[in-house]
Amino acid sequence: MSAALEAKLGRAWKKPPFIANPVFRWLLIGGSIAYFVVALGGIDVSWDRIVKGMAYGKRFIFAFGEIFGAFYDYISDLFPDLFGNTSGRDPNDSRWIEIWTEKEIIKGLYESIVMTIASTVVGIAISIPIALGAASNIAPMPVYLFCRSIIALSRALNEIIVAIILVAILGFGPLAGFITLSFATIGFLAKLLAEDIENMNKQQAEAVKSTGASWGQWINFGVQPQVMPRLIGLSMYRLDINFRESAVLGLVGAGGIGATLNTAFDRYEFDTVAAILLTIIVIVMILEYLSGVIRGKVQ
Amino acid sequence: MPTHEKNGLKVWQVRETKAQLIRWGAWLIGLAIFIFAWKEISDNTLWFMMDNVGEVVADIAGRATPPAWSFILELGGPIWDTLAIATLGTFFSLIMAVPVAFLAARNTTPSRVFVRPIALLIIVSTRSVNSLIWALLLVSIVGPGVLAGLIAISIRSIGFCAKLLYEAIEEINVVQVEAIKATGASRMQVMVYGIVPQIMPAFAGIAVFRWDINIRESTVLGLVGAGGIGLALQSSLNVLAWPKVSLILLVILVAVVIGEWVSAKVRGAII
Repeated sequence: MSAALEAKLGRAWKKPPFIANPVFRWLLIGGSIAYFVVALGGIDVSWDRIVKGMAYGKRFIFAFGEIFGAFYDYISDLFPDLFGNTSGRDPNDSRWIEIWTEKEIIKGLYESIVMTIASTVVGIAISIPIALGAASNIAPMPVYLFCRSIIALSRALNEIIVAIILVAILGFGPLAGFITLSFATIGFLAKLLAEDIENMNKQQAEAVKSTGASWGQWINFGVQPQVMPRLIGLSMYRLDINFRESAVLGLVGAGGIGATLNTAFDRYEFDTVAAILLTIIVIVMILEYLSGVIRGKVQ
Repeated sequence: MPTHEKNGLKVWQVRETKAQLIRWGAWLIGLAIFIFAWKEISDNTLWFMMDNVGEVVADIAGRATPPAWSFILELGGPIWDTLAIATLGTFFSLIMAVPVAFLAARNTTPSRVFVRPIALLIIVSTRSVNSLIWALLLVSIVGPGVLAGLIAISIRSIGFCAKLLYEAIEEINVVQVEAIKATGASRMQVMVYGIVPQIMPAFAGIAVFRWDINIRESTVLGLVGAGGIGLALQSSLNVLAWPKVSLILLVILVAVVIGEWVSAKVRGAII
């Protein structure tokens, strides 16, 4: 009965596959599985070390609790009346203050912020002319190729690798980090800005040109107002990225909070690590929120 | 129209004088902050070291050329490890990112008050911590090696993939979902037949895009002991073997360029 019904109804509906060509589809699936097995099999797992390391993992997770606890103690020492706290401790002696001052978190964080601000400003200032040069509707061919190759170079080189080379040349310190971040900003900002300039409304630029404007006036009144919202948005986004990156440049000696973090990891001081990570997350969240507000306003 | 008087003539200007003054004030404050930041960097820099920067560059460049080509055979293993970290890391992160994305998207989350903030917190915290920091942490937990790098990349990519994916889920066409719902489909069936086909191209694009980024990131994970070609870079840097360093940097550059090319081709084919 059911076979006859099936024959009358025809074939049952099947979801069309994502990749239409069956040979290619099965090759891709088979190849992926084979690679997966081989690659996963090649990874050494030392269970003894992991079991030993779990203790560190536990300490790391508990360190977050300790940080919150230290913060709570500090606040309750600061406002004893509010919390009904009668211990009478001096808030300046608390663990919270100790973590923040002794381990140079403040100093590292300050250096990171300074590096972020300076490199973002310089990076933007350099990317604007490069973006103009890398927009095919504005720049002549030789300039276009030159600017595009700068962008390609900046994008291909990883920040950490640039930082290693610069530390070898310039020595330890925030200058290497500052140059690294500025250089990385160019590749990011100039590329996206150039794409925005290429997508601009030609008629507005044309209209300004037809009034007899000079090249500078044309850029200033015909092009710049069209790309300004995007430029502001991208700059805010890059500020956020630069801060995040500045947190790791210290690992290779290029200044910022990364050096503090590295020392803390080496000494297994997980409460310092937790404090630094929480600070980074909070600052990134604030920056992300601010950039969201600013981008919402300009667009 | 904002104007100002000049020799008895009205001249056009972009903004009202007051708005212009406020803008100039803002620029001045910004400039002051920048100069202050620059001064801090300058104070922490040993400028006398810069006197012979040219010599140092020439010296390093002289030592680093020609690259030690014979060393390339020994880099096969590390580059395989790097690729494995990037590829498997992307795969595992996608497995974790998909549920997070569905929980974070406004139209698919079970609860906007309880579940969505948790999903968003996962996205923000995994995204704001750099993969090198994750690697540092994991090296101290699971020990140095490829495994630490793999887990670091997987965790770090969750936020990125989940964020882009949940934005794609929020932008889906509601009409198609309604149509599936109207046939009496269960919640799961709506997901599979109504939502998944719509986000599949975005998903594939995100996967390849992240894979490309992960290749870049996994090349340097070895610097903190998390396996891959960065480990070879670190050991060569430690003994100042500049010909090897330059070769490794070239190999990394080639790997990154190939990764970007493959990713661009695949994304071009999908979209």
